[in-house]
Amino acid sequence: MMQLKRLAWLAAASFVLASVGTATHGAGAQGKVFKIGFLYPVTGIFAAPGKYMQEGLELYLKEHDGTLGGMKAEVVVADDQGNPSVGLTQLRKLVEQDHVDVVFGPLSAAVGSAIVPYLEEHKVAAVYPIVSSDDLTQRTPSAYIARTEWTSSQPTHVLGDYAYKTLKYRKVATIAYDFNFGWESLGGFIDTFQRDGGKVVKEVWTPLVTSDYSPYLSALPHDVDAVTCSFSGAAAVNFIKQYRAFGLKMPLICQGNTTDESTLQASPDAVGMITALQYSAAIKSPANEKFVAAYTKAYGHEPSYYAEGTYVGAEYLDRGIAAVKGNTSDAAAFVKAIRAVRITDAPRGPLRLDDRGNPVENIYIRRVELQNGKLANDVIATYPNVSQFWTYPPADYLKQPAYDRTHPVCNACGS
Amino acid sequence: MSVRRRWTFALAAGAVVALLLPCLGVPTFYVSLLTQTWIIAIAAMSLDLLIGFTGLVNFSQAALFGVGAYAVAIAATRFHVVGFLPGLGLGITAAVVTAALFGLVALRAEGPGFIIITIALNQIMWGLAYQWVSVSGGDNGITGIVRPHIGPLDVSGNTGYYYVCLVMFALAFALLMTIVRSPFGLVLKGVRETPRRMRALGYNVWLYRYFALMISAAFAGTAGVLFAWYNQFVGPVNLSLDQSTQFLIIVILGGIGTIFGQFFGALVVVFLSNELSAVTQRWMLVLGLIYFVIVMYAPGGLVVLVPRLWARLRGRPVVLAADVPLEDR
Repeated sequence: MMQLKRLAWLAAASFVLASVGTATHGAGAQGKVFKIGFLYPVTGIFAAPGKYMQEGLELYLKEHDGTLGGMKAEVVVADDQGNPSVGLTQLRKLVEQDHVDVVFGPLSAAVGSAIVPYLEEHKVAAVYPIVSSDDLTQRTPSAYIARTEWTSSQPTHVLGDYAYKTLKYRKVATIAYDFNFGWESLGGFIDTFQRDGGKVVKEVWTPLVTSDYSPYLSALPHDVDAVTCSFSGAAAVNFIKQYRAFGLKMPLICQGNTTDESTLQASPDAVGMITALQYSAAIKSPANEKFVAAYTKAYGHEPSYYAEGTYVGAEYLDRGIAAVKGNTSDAAAFVKAIRAVRITDAPRGPLRLDDRGNPVENIYIRRVELQNGKLANDVIATYPNVSQFWTYPPADYLKQPAYDRTHPVCNACGS
Repeated sequence: MSVRRRWTFALAAGAVVALLLPCLGVPTFYVSLLTQTWIIAIAAMSLDLLIGFTGLVNFSQAALFGVGAYAVAIAATRFHVVGFLPGLGLGITAAVVTAALFGLVALRAEGPGFIIITIALNQIMWGLAYQWVSVSGGDNGITGIVRPHIGPLDVSGNTGYYYVCLVMFALAFALLMTIVRSPFGLVLKGVRETPRRMRALGYNVWLYRYFALMISAAFAGTAGVLFAWYNQFVGPVNLSLDQSTQFLIIVILGGIGTIFGQFFGALVVVFLSNELSAVTQRWMLVLGLIYFVIVMYAPGGLVVLVPRLWARLRGRPVVLAADVPLEDR
């Protein structure tokens, strides 16, 4: 008897489980709603820039009455915590349970590359508004991904050229994060700077999590024209502060994240730094001034490139959906349509995507200046329509090894 | 019904539910979360063998888990070793060899010393995974790991792979239960309780700990291999100290020294961390509170909650073995 009773309990429990199952299944398909699976770091080490992504998307939807391409947009948020394992699990949830029409995000390059095989296997369209790892649109592109922001080395190719030709620097040392983003972003600089004729005499790599930069700062030689760096977030703030506190006089020319608007006000010592990026909140154009005004009004602080990138990514989605008339079920065709979109008046300027799905866009050389009591990335030079391959023919470029800790080879290290 | 029969019955019922679940219309996302639960539970059981039965609080369990995962990932993507048994064999071998090396260093110390050394060893492995880009893919990890076929069976789908992990969990559970109940397991318990007395009795305490570490590594490596196939991705996060800590939390939640409790621990951690984050941004706070409540009110772990509630329902307060502090058992 007892046994029977227990079996009944079991049966009841399984029934409940089963009905929960069908209930969630049913909710997926109804009406003309476009579901965005918004995968970004809500919590974890990237939560601060993640907030800018959320605001960028929110602002775009607010300005467009919550519609994309004429369809009502529904945002399903999934927190990847900046962790690729979690990102994969959350992606499964977005695809298998929420049945989203597109995956929008993530922020972390590690998450971005980890989810590619799943996207391809399940034929899910994705728009990457922030992730910058080079090979995502270079040696291993995917037909299911449109990347609407940049490659890590895209702005620094320009920076290397600018440092040699305009700033007339001949000898530099470099210091950056010791992981893919640091290697790739400095790789671009080292490549163009050395090809122009410059010498890189020392490369210093710092661990991702470092609160004390002094052992690395004391490794920098003093007899160089400038020090090139690449950091972001709290590390950038810390690095700049300690660089100045150490009394180092060499000019700093850096990858743009180092003075990104998301942390710029915390770095009063950044004044005078020259950096390169595809965006600056200080770009003087009607489109950007309108965007910055609306954004600042809504959120009480300036947009960073994370915000502008997500905002523009949403516009790509919007116009891509319109181009396929809302018929987004063929993911590859949908992504192709997104890649064909040309935007002439984005806050960052005109941009189009190349045939590997990466923007050809302006790169801005910015100098940090104090304007009206606030720090700003003042634009001092604009390189128009820069490709991810810089000025090289793509086929030649792709034959080179990807930028990493040892490529391009430093031409004057140890001399 | 005797306690033993009750457990047998509960196990059998659990097995039936587990076997039927994918056929009951449970959404595939939950099937894959359950798959993850089986895998993480294997890793947590392997850690329980060390903490609960040998008295070694190992913070490098994620390194053993991760080495297994990386081994199969590298073999599959570089050398096209895609079979089930070759992959499993490689992962287990890699983890056991790593543990054999770790043991030489870590087992020179006991207690807090052992903990510190294993933390350091875990960080070394993490650093290797992070920096040795040509082998590990660095921060971006390794993608494109294909789930294997087992003979003619295609188990690469969600449901198929669920059953693979379920069977592996059952095997691991049975093996570990056999080990802890064997004379060898009894010696391990002796080592845990009073290493000095065991030494006096002529047992080579060091060697027993060393073997326990390698056996544990074999199971951790198995879990690592299954996880690599499950996620089709391996990265430094998988052998981070965070991952080691997560295993430890699962063991504490599930019930130290219970082996089976690790299933409940894994279930709670996997589901809560993935479901809560969809509900609230403050999910870590909620998770922390839940852990706190469990540790406060079910110090023996989740596995004792069910029998305790059962006993209370029937008006029979009982003292469970797991409630008694280890020293007094």
